[in-house]
Amino acid sequence: MSFLEYAPAPESRAILNLRDEYGLFIDGEFVEGGGTPFTTISPADEKRIATIASASDADIDRAVAAARRAYERTWSKMSGRDRGKYLFRIARLVQERARELAVAESLDNGKPIKESRDVDVPLVAAWFFYYAGWADKLDYAGLGADPKALGVAGQIIPWNFPLLMLAWKIAPALAAGNTVVLKPAETTPLTALLFAEILQQADLPPGVVNIVTGAGATGATLVRHPDVDKIAFTGSTAVGREIAKAVAGTRKKVTLELGGKAANIVFDDAPIDQAIEGIVNGIFFNQGHVCCAGSRLLVQENVHDEVVDRLKARLSTLRLGDPLDKNTDIGAINSREQLDRIRELSDIGEEEGAERWSPDCVIPDNGFWFAPTIFTNVQSSHRIAREEIFGPVLSVLTFRTPAEAIAKANNTPYGLSAGIWSDKGSKILAVADRLRAGVVWANTFNRFDPSSPFGGYKESGYGREGGRHGLLAYLKGGAK
Amino acid sequence: MSKRLTVPKTYKLFIGGAFPRSESGRTYEVFSPKGAFLANAAQGSRKDARDAVKAALGAGAKWAGATAYNRGQVLYRVAEVLEGRRAQFIDEIVAQTGVSAAAAGAEVDEAIDRWVWYAGWCDKYTQVSGSLNPVAGPYFDISVPEPTGVVAIIAPQDSALLGLVSAIAPALVGGNAVVVVASERYPLSAISLAEVLATSDVPGGVVNILTGSPAEIAPWLASHPEVHALDLVGAGELEWIDLEIAAAQTLTRVLRPEQGPDAAAPSLQRITAFTETKTVWHTKSLV
Repeated sequence: MSFLEYAPAPESRAILNLRDEYGLFIDGEFVEGGGTPFTTISPADEKRIATIASASDADIDRAVAAARRAYERTWSKMSGRDRGKYLFRIARLVQERARELAVAESLDNGKPIKESRDVDVPLVAAWFFYYAGWADKLDYAGLGADPKALGVAGQIIPWNFPLLMLAWKIAPALAAGNTVVLKPAETTPLTALLFAEILQQADLPPGVVNIVTGAGATGATLVRHPDVDKIAFTGSTAVGREIAKAVAGTRKKVTLELGGKAANIVFDDAPIDQAIEGIVNGIFFNQGHVCCAGSRLLVQENVHDEVVDRLKARLSTLRLGDPLDKNTDIGAINSREQLDRIRELSDIGEEEGAERWSPDCVIPDNGFWFAPTIFTNVQSSHRIAREEIFGPVLSVLTFRTPAEAIAKANNTPYGLSAGIWSDKGSKILAVADRLRAGVVWANTFNRFDPSSPFGGYKESGYGREGGRHGLLAYLKGGAK
Repeated sequence: MSKRLTVPKTYKLFIGGAFPRSESGRTYEVFSPKGAFLANAAQGSRKDARDAVKAALGAGAKWAGATAYNRGQVLYRVAEVLEGRRAQFIDEIVAQTGVSAAAAGAEVDEAIDRWVWYAGWCDKYTQVSGSLNPVAGPYFDISVPEPTGVVAIIAPQDSALLGLVSAIAPALVGGNAVVVVASERYPLSAISLAEVLATSDVPGGVVNILTGSPAEIAPWLASHPEVHALDLVGAGELEWIDLEIAAAQTLTRVLRPEQGPDAAAPSLQRITAFTETKTVWHTKSLV
């Protein structure tokens, strides 16, 4: 039972006007797919939302051909100013339909409505707005005058931030003058298809963006397609590795945004109140389905007990349940497969000797749920300290000196993000210098902005998304 | 009076600031284009490659942590020392490749000037390729390039000196440590360059130079988990697709082969290709 009872405050689903079936979005129109259609369900109650087309190899061919045609005949010849105007239109349409998109996202993904409404969808609009302004300023991107688009970009996105990842991929690609074939994740295709309707409303020329739904094999076909010039992928390191192998020897440029096992380092001089909020946000935001989640809490030994006690008290106030309820803090796990993985690794954590704790909370009967969980007494060698769990599970480790904290933080093949909590600025800057991670949050965590480059070191991938750096991933130098 | 008998040089590897022979004990003969014997070059092995990576890994942190001003001065020092040995390099290039002394002189001059050009980048590329990000919130948000780590390079194979310099220098600008496989046909300039580096305040292990067969050595470098980036600029004649696949196993960053006279042409992109952008957010208090 929660410490306070709240009446249910569900966001209305009436704003949604979903179709019963969705086709592929190719050349500006919804068309039937050649593969076997699949259903997308709500992970909160396992109820069917809609039937989704599955793209066959021939469909991928058609989508890539449409993108190539649109690139050669329309998009590469259009002025940057006009490309930008289309992107501004899209940003505005996203804002106009923000509530609808947020509801659809929470329904399909299971994330709390307060997150889809206050984080995901506003950032989607911001991303398009930011890159819209770049479209006629590519001379200032850093590659000299008159840089060139790459051509057709194949983009594959994950299920944790379905619409936001779409925006991260499509906005810079179009601004730089590329056309796109995008494959949403199998379990979260819904908002991408609503986005296709937005593209129709924006009157974006046919073929500039094509959306092909399906499973992993659909993505693999897209990666291997010979007429694709660029691959952008966000997802697991295992798949990223396969993509890097698949494109070897080709002309394809690649950006990979992969897994992480971020250290969130709390020094004894940290502002503890803020740190507790930051730790919670770091690992329980979006049920921990975040590649940059602060999944390894490194606490200075002398404040360990205080931090853990206060963390437990704070977790006891989190509300788990209906993603569409405006009071919900922790939503549903996105899929049964993911739930199984979280359970498996958590069980292994116990078997390896770490101490498991979860607040007392009611788990709904249907759907996929996992109570927020903290492991203490975790050793660096434990699998829950090494492997990405991608769920609401926090591993707590301790350290004594800054040097030990840095060594432990860097003791991972990943290098996506890290957090530092301290009131001492000089310590923060010195530690940040030595962390091998692409994004370092000091006295905050899980902040994203279209102007801020994001991406990993080491096995967390390469290339950056966001900012001028994100634009470069879709450009090549012009004539010397 | 008899002619003075010359003292020929033993060409060895350059690993960790020292000049060891190949642990394999192997050498191969280097000939002039007309077939005259020039020297026995060390034929580097898998073990030599691993030793070189280990040396690079050990030296990398210090080089990466050196101030940009310091790195710039060290690279400029390389140019100074190379200038002083200009005649030696011209003779070696002529002997190995058969080009005219004038052409060799032009190559050495270009190599010297390339060091100077890259030296000047050391304390500038961060400003040009980094950014202060105007995020929508009370945060100081900054993006800076940092070294990728250990860069393995297959040097251009058709060039004795300039290709090698063009490949090594940009990786050093960014603070990386380097393991480079020299031109198989023209390895002598590479080892002479190692002597220049060894006397130019480049810390031992920051540049490691292997001679021998790139086809034999490259796979061990490509698949080495502590090699963080792989520059295949001179690997066009090798089975380089396999090298790219091997590198993918640990998400090693790969630059694909380049052909022709513009291979490894000087550019800012050659520097940033071996950097990782780190973005740091810091809260601003509400005052």
